Amino acid sequence: MAGATSALQSKRPLGKATRDAFGRALEALGAERPDVVVVDADVSNSTRTEWFGQKFPDRFFNIGIAESNLVGIAGGLASCGKTPVIASFACFIMCNGYDQLRMAVAYPGLNVKVVGTHAGISIGEDGASQMGIEDVALACSLPGFVVVVPADEASAKAATRAMLDHRGPVYMRLGRPDVPKVYETDNPPFRLGQANTVRDGRDLTIVANGLMVAAALDAADQLAAEGIEARVLDMHTVKPIDREALKKAAQETGAIVVAEEHLAHGGLGSVVAMAVAELEPVPIRYVNLGDRFGESGSPEGLLEKFGLTAENLAAAARAVIAAK
Amino acid sequence: MRRKTPETATVARDLEQLQQIAKRLRVDILRSTTEAGSGHPSSSLSAVEVVTALYFGGFLRYDPKNPHWPDRDRFILSKGHAAPVLYAALAEAGFFPREDLMTLRKLGSPLEGHPNMARLGGVEASTGSLGQGLSIGVGQALAARIDRKDYRVYVLTGDGEIGEGQIWEAAASAAKYRLDNLTCIVDRNHYQQTGAAEEVLNMDPIDGKFTAFGWHTITINGNDLGEVVQALRRATEYRGQPTCIVSLTHKGQGILPLLEKLGDTNFHGKPLPAKYLDEALALLG
Repeated sequence: MAGATSALQSKRPLGKATRDAFGRALEALGAERPDVVVVDADVSNSTRTEWFGQKFPDRFFNIGIAESNLVGIAGGLASCGKTPVIASFACFIMCNGYDQLRMAVAYPGLNVKVVGTHAGISIGEDGASQMGIEDVALACSLPGFVVVVPADEASAKAATRAMLDHRGPVYMRLGRPDVPKVYETDNPPFRLGQANTVRDGRDLTIVANGLMVAAALDAADQLAAEGIEARVLDMHTVKPIDREALKKAAQETGAIVVAEEHLAHGGLGSVVAMAVAELEPVPIRYVNLGDRFGESGSPEGLLEKFGLTAENLAAAARAVIAAK
Repeated sequence: MRRKTPETATVARDLEQLQQIAKRLRVDILRSTTEAGSGHPSSSLSAVEVVTALYFGGFLRYDPKNPHWPDRDRFILSKGHAAPVLYAALAEAGFFPREDLMTLRKLGSPLEGHPNMARLGGVEASTGSLGQGLSIGVGQALAARIDRKDYRVYVLTGDGEIGEGQIWEAAASAAKYRLDNLTCIVDRNHYQQTGAAEEVLNMDPIDGKFTAFGWHTITINGNDLGEVVQALRRATEYRGQPTCIVSLTHKGQGILPLLEKLGDTNFHGKPLPAKYLDEALALLG
């Protein structure tokens, strides 16, 4: 697709990476939340929990490259009234720590905050082994977990506070690169489980999260030039999904495109499809990574190769409208 | 100054009384698993002396009337399949009525096949997926340190269980933070599911491995209450390192002649058929 606009190449102003916003927010919240304890598996300069660690060394533990132990320790801390925040690359904390997340966190329903950074293919050159592309599906499969995928800097900051304020286990997915700003304000509305309508329209709805929200807004601009008015929902919370917003979208726009930087199976697309099929069946199309691993390359080049572009989203929108 | 044990906790007068309690726990393990028709009595029987000493030898400070008392000591049964010994101890300590033991593994009972902390007060970790309890114990011991509290954490693992790599991740991290408020007891009962532990995966020397990981270690006859009490006292008083007690035991301790007669001294994951229950109880004296 020559000249395609990858999700990172929006004309919207570039903001900081969601991991950076999380790191600063966590550091800022540390003082008012003495219950917060951060445990690291030796990647704090990547996940940005090091900023909290520098400020609150008595509540920061680097336990080495051992994600299973990381999660278990968090369960122990939470069972004693702490609010542990554990962060690693999305693929490592979810895949390596999964049984521990199931047994030591989800099953007892403990108040552990799990943060997976470097999610998706937009990490670029490091390649498939470092790319968390299944993390949302895994997190959604943990009973009782809230699953959050913020779109940009401002919403990642808001999501960090919401995550800490929520009582119970939360998984928050963050990215590595600087991403376009979805919100102009530094304090966008953010309520867990409640989608933000970032653009209104009546011809179809694009439901997106993470860096695909900015791409959805770009796609909506392209569609508007053709006279198609797309509604764009920032579905930052995958679980619990905002059923009301989806029902309204289906009823009022009659067609849905779901966009995410994740495998087809078990992510936002699956969750939206389940809800829409039950509440108000309408045609749906999907823009995601399909059923394949990523590879090395530039983030922009990869996003284009895998079809995570505004143009591809616009094409899916035209297709779903045709299917109405 | 170490806080005192609450008056609501049961503390035995002497070794003889502890032995009487140990016997009651064995009776309860056998009765409850036979009633349930499933479960792990042999893996529970090997750990009776350790659990008895912890709960009734004055080591664990708990309040059965207030199971979530924040300053309590914690006992984590990492070998969760030995739940019947934990439940027997909790009943003896007064966390719930003894007759509830007969609801083991039944629909609606909080006494599930493996411990579930969300449903039963006194259970300090939900276990059953092996290898995870020590990490949880490290987290609890760190929480005590952050809050400058003097509660202690005891974790009981199986000997087959230490084949799980997470045990060694946890062991290394406990040594890094010099968690002398943490004690790991390895129930070295010599058997795991399909056979002898040293044949399935030889982890000997267990004490040597923990020593190499930076732990203080003690090896004892774990079916001798006197030795268990002494080892726990040493572990509790030891400073600067976590302590690992390698507790040499017999799987099925207390009913070994019967298991020999039945031709299965491992007896893994089997309840005693009801027709052998009287014979087994007679062996306990």
